[in-house]
Amino acid sequence: MFRIIEKEHFSANVVKFIVEAPLIARSRRPGHFVIVRTGEGGERIPLTIADADPKAGTIMLVVQAVGESTRKICALEPGDSLTDVVGPLGKATHIERVGTVVCAGGGVGVAPLLPIIKALKEAGNRVVTVLAARSADLIILEHQCRPYSDEVIIMTDDGSAGRKGLVTEGVESVIQSEKVDLVVTIGPAVMMKFVSKLTERYSIPTMCSLNTIMVDGTGMCGACRVTVDGHTRFVCVDGPEFDAHKVDFDEMIMRLKAYN
Amino acid sequence: MEKETLAPRDAEWREQLRNAISAKERTSIPRVKMPELPADFRVTTFTDEVNQGISAEQAVLEATRCMDCPDPQCVTGCPVNIDIPGFIKNIQRGDIAEASRVLRATSALPAVCGRVCPQEKQCESRCIYHRMKKDPVAIGYLERYAADTAASMGVVEAQPRRSNGIKVAVAGSGPAGLSFAGDIAARGYDVTVFEALHEIGGVLKYGIPEFRLPNAVVDNEIRALEAAGVVFVRDCIVGKTISYDDLLSMGFSGLFVASGAGLPRFMGIPGENLIGVMSSNEYLTRINLMGAGRPGHDTPVAHGRVAAIIGGGNTAMDSVRTARRMGSERAIVVYRRSEAEMPARIEEVKHAREEGVEFMTLHNPIEYIGDERGHVRAMRLQRMELGEPDASGRRSPVPVEGAIEEIPVDMVIVSVGVSPNPLIPEAIGGLQVSRHGTIEVDPDSMQSSIDGLFAGGDIVRGGATVILAMGDGRRAAEGMHRALSGD
Repeated sequence: MFRIIEKEHFSANVVKFIVEAPLIARSRRPGHFVIVRTGEGGERIPLTIADADPKAGTIMLVVQAVGESTRKICALEPGDSLTDVVGPLGKATHIERVGTVVCAGGGVGVAPLLPIIKALKEAGNRVVTVLAARSADLIILEHQCRPYSDEVIIMTDDGSAGRKGLVTEGVESVIQSEKVDLVVTIGPAVMMKFVSKLTERYSIPTMCSLNTIMVDGTGMCGACRVTVDGHTRFVCVDGPEFDAHKVDFDEMIMRLKAYN
Repeated sequence: MEKETLAPRDAEWREQLRNAISAKERTSIPRVKMPELPADFRVTTFTDEVNQGISAEQAVLEATRCMDCPDPQCVTGCPVNIDIPGFIKNIQRGDIAEASRVLRATSALPAVCGRVCPQEKQCESRCIYHRMKKDPVAIGYLERYAADTAASMGVVEAQPRRSNGIKVAVAGSGPAGLSFAGDIAARGYDVTVFEALHEIGGVLKYGIPEFRLPNAVVDNEIRALEAAGVVFVRDCIVGKTISYDDLLSMGFSGLFVASGAGLPRFMGIPGENLIGVMSSNEYLTRINLMGAGRPGHDTPVAHGRVAAIIGGGNTAMDSVRTARRMGSERAIVVYRRSEAEMPARIEEVKHAREEGVEFMTLHNPIEYIGDERGHVRAMRLQRMELGEPDASGRRSPVPVEGAIEEIPVDMVIVSVGVSPNPLIPEAIGGLQVSRHGTIEVDPDSMQSSIDGLFAGGDIVRGGATVILAMGDGRRAAEGMHRALSGD
């Protein structure tokens, strides 16, 4: 059992949890995720690790209530436990000094982006962070991103915070004002698709992190498969990060609806 | 550990049993028939076992058939060389506890093996009765009978254990890991088994359906191992949650890697990523491990009115029979060779057919077609014929030019094999791995290229049976013991 130490509502449906998981806190790297299960009849669902404190033996998870299982998790309180947390899973992010990196996060995609922003900054990159959401109250982790970002651009659909417009407009404004060497984008599949289309026009290497349907998360079931560069790849063991320009986002978006 | 003979053939009681009736009388007893649930009932239930098990009277009569050969060939057909006449004759004299002890001396999971071993290709294929053109002794049924009866009698198998203070670790709690753990615990080692999933048992839980191997049977075996001092840790992936170096610094002197078969194979044909097309691993895991489709379980699973299962192995049979139980009106096995080449057990094919499964042998899918929402709605099949024998010795299927047909389906389960799980080979530097991704080991000791690191089961074999994995676990326990004790 993995005890919940702390809970904070980022918005009505987005909750931050600090969870006791000492082994994972110690071994996780940016880019990793965990599989979480709640209750004996619970579903195994993948969640990205937003942060970890190896000394305290805790990890930070950010959960958006979108379905039955995530709603169950979001209803848990400090002192309750997650039945299972296993990981860290997936390949860690490849971090190196490349120059200027734009990190574009949408919605809860900012959670997995945070450790990558930190690591890229610590590796000596100039980091421009673009955070996007429908409205001001859905922008998460802004304060945690700021200390590791040379610049933070906030984009909202309704203009209630930062600039009014889509994440792609924020990213494009950076591309037009300075030389960008790498774009990292994490968020809803459709958002990553359009960021990828944009940066492809500018021939800027772009990395995305995919959150597909999974069962075991260890390479066994193949539910998470995506087409990358014409080949079937498993997000859980080959990813979750891929060259965005090679990902078949339309197929991925279709597959995400398998159980809708 | 010295090998002692638990049931010596020259014991007086055995001689008496041999002389009790004439050979003619003995061999005229017909082979027992396994009582089965009726097919129309069993397609309505997941958990009721199809094979109901034989009665005490049937068991004694079947045990009487065994000739107690001086040079029993059945033993040589068994990957772990169970003393088959030894346990069978104990059944005949009514000493089930002793029969169970004989089994457990060489097999950590007799109740499992009695159910899922391909006896017809192993022990039973060597039975002397074949020479008389008669049906072999039902060794598998008897093994199951002895294990189940001993369990229901509460026969305590674990002897009080004296720890030698040496800690060893196991990665994976499937048949190879469990067999290793049981054997090395019996030698006095402190064993911890690390399992990635939230349940212990590996493929015995996520893969083999309950109608063939009830979870209660597996749990029984696990409890026996716990009673023998084996410690199980769930939700812990060696190579991810804890590294090999972590294990060494935690004081573990050896690691047995039994992480199993990982990545399901797909065929790489168009439409394979459509919704409704999935691996047998995914389908079976959702239903067997996660309880999909049953009340109180959140995991969803696709329901196909017409389900096609691609492949001819035991996993394909498990999948197709599961599909029938999940309500598929038509469940079709599509296999590219003929029925004679099918790797599945004959019994599984028979049971599947009784349950209304259709077989399209000599057919191979070449494309899946989806509807506007991306759900599979049809498959295109290429008719095949058998050509020259290939490397496996089986006649290889070749396409019949122009013979292509389209069949409406709304679920496809791809069961064409698996590749080894890459997690551990990728995580441990210096580990020698074949180009197929399997860990390379010495075939006798099961030691890998790294001292103290042993491996067995599907991570070494690529894809095999429960009993072969168990045999590996057994050899590795012996190998690790020799390496660590300097014997």
